[in-house]
Amino acid sequence: MTLFKKAAIVLLVLATAACTNPDRFGAGSGAGGGAGSGFGADGGLAGSASDPTSPAFFNQTIGDRVLFAVDTSTLTPAGKVILDGQAQWLLANTDYRSVIEGHADEQGTREYNLALGFRRANAVREYLVSRGVPTGRLEVTSFGKERPIEVCSEETCYAQNRRAVTVLSFSALTS
Amino acid sequence: MMKRLLICLVALMLAGPVFAQNGPLRLTITDGVIEPITFAAPSFQAETPEAIQVASEMSRLVVQDLAGTGLFREVPASAFISQISSFAQPVAFADWRAINAQALVVGAVNVQGDSMTVKFRVYDVFSGQELGTGLQFAGTATGWRRMGHKVADAVYGRITGEGGYFDSRVVFVAESGPKDNRQKRLAIMDFDGANVQFLTDSSTIVLAPRFSPSGDRVLYTSFESGFPRINVLNVANVGRQQLQTAAGEMAFSPRFSRDGRQVIYSLSNGGNTDIYRTDLSTGQHVRLTSAPSIETAPSLSPDGSQIVFESDRSGAQQIYIMSANGGEARRISSGDGRYGSPVWSPRGDLVAFTKQNAGRFHIGVMRIDGSEERLLTSSFLDEGPTWSPNGRVIMFTRETQGAGGTSSVYSVDISGRNLKAVPLQGGASDPSWGPLQP
Repeated sequence: MTLFKKAAIVLLVLATAACTNPDRFGAGSGAGGGAGSGFGADGGLAGSASDPTSPAFFNQTIGDRVLFAVDTSTLTPAGKVILDGQAQWLLANTDYRSVIEGHADEQGTREYNLALGFRRANAVREYLVSRGVPTGRLEVTSFGKERPIEVCSEETCYAQNRRAVTVLSFSALTS
Repeated sequence: MMKRLLICLVALMLAGPVFAQNGPLRLTITDGVIEPITFAAPSFQAETPEAIQVASEMSRLVVQDLAGTGLFREVPASAFISQISSFAQPVAFADWRAINAQALVVGAVNVQGDSMTVKFRVYDVFSGQELGTGLQFAGTATGWRRMGHKVADAVYGRITGEGGYFDSRVVFVAESGPKDNRQKRLAIMDFDGANVQFLTDSSTIVLAPRFSPSGDRVLYTSFESGFPRINVLNVANVGRQQLQTAAGEMAFSPRFSRDGRQVIYSLSNGGNTDIYRTDLSTGQHVRLTSAPSIETAPSLSPDGSQIVFESDRSGAQQIYIMSANGGEARRISSGDGRYGSPVWSPRGDLVAFTKQNAGRFHIGVMRIDGSEERLLTSSFLDEGPTWSPNGRVIMFTRETQGAGGTSSVYSVDISGRNLKAVPLQGGASDPSWGPLQP
């Protein structure tokens, strides 16, 4: 008990860390650009895909994600084309920043897949930075194998789950 | 919250009948084929009217614990020749020998209001000797399962000469919902799946809880901030605090040091994942690895001098051992496939691991020099071993294949025998087996 109290001095209170990032699992509140909402495929889409300044255009027309081969974080030529488009869009639409989420398929251990997801997200971040996007507008995280979008246990699904998704949010709404 | 059960041990001063000594009943647990010890456990005596039901339930629990190990086989009551009508009566050993019960467990329960006592004796039927001396546990009536587990631990200990694991708890992740929207909550249960209590809600992903050595706290990884971070949870009051992490860093895969004062874990920064140690009282961080590869899943040796961990520095996940202060590491895994999530055994001689090879996952053990690798399980996805307090049993996560795949917690002996699911409602993953309770 004494130890725990001492530890409390150097530990951050949990609640303080929660507010600086978009609530990407919020149910569909992104359409109106609600405070704190992300614009990833898991949330709502904002604007029309035909409006090149809209997150919908970013997500659908450019593509918000790139895919990876088994156990790699190497960007494919097709992935680089998508990321070139993402970089151009981010440079043109400076009100937005993004969190790049790395993911893995289920064929791996939990911890390793988290680390692998970081590698993938970081590969995307480094590429976007190399194309001129300021580092301060790009954060990375990893969900490992915790958030598959396809649920079958076959390569067709695994290929979709090995991804890095660039999730947009308003700069003004994040610190 | 967690009800603390006060247990006191009282040796019963009572001289048993003396018979010729033929050598005491003893089951030596080995890796070879074991012929289970047969035992009889007549329903415990109720010393008060309030104790009638719980006496019967407690003796069933003792039977379930012992038989559940695969090391003991119950002689059913239907075979009994003599009945036990009083805890104090002399045992008619011939009647128990005749039905081939090698051990006999007799007990009596006394309930008055919320206070309960149980006393028991274990007999070596064929030598006509008592094994050890009678014991009495006292507690509350609502804590009767713990008292039953303590009786079973004592019987296990007297016959095998090793510590038991029945009066222990397991922290795990309770899962619900479909695979693409899985809800995860921290939960705690008795080792046999009873008394599940939730420690967090399902508002955020939580992963891989790890008990402190004394069982008072749990480390786990939470996505509450959107980024994986390590929390310390106080089991008694479910108070949570976050391990301090700099912006842009992600922390996961934590374990306590054996004294509970430090945490070893993985930190990712700039796409690279290394192993760190943080002192909980000073907040001081020490970086223990610095390779550009992934280093994760650290686990300390029982004496605290070494760390076993996984790294893909060779190109694929393999298991390594280094000093607890970092420095050069030696690879211990050498077979085909990939090796991850190593966990040092409580006895210090073995490392349990997850192996991935040819499209299958296995839980296995190897000696700390990497020799004598033994795969205990095989399935579509087995991972994340955790040791029983006595180092005889491993729990792990098994996930089934396909769109409807679900996770369950399984246990298996380190011999590879006695594979079974822990009975739980709903999905469950990432077990961490706590210590024997005080």
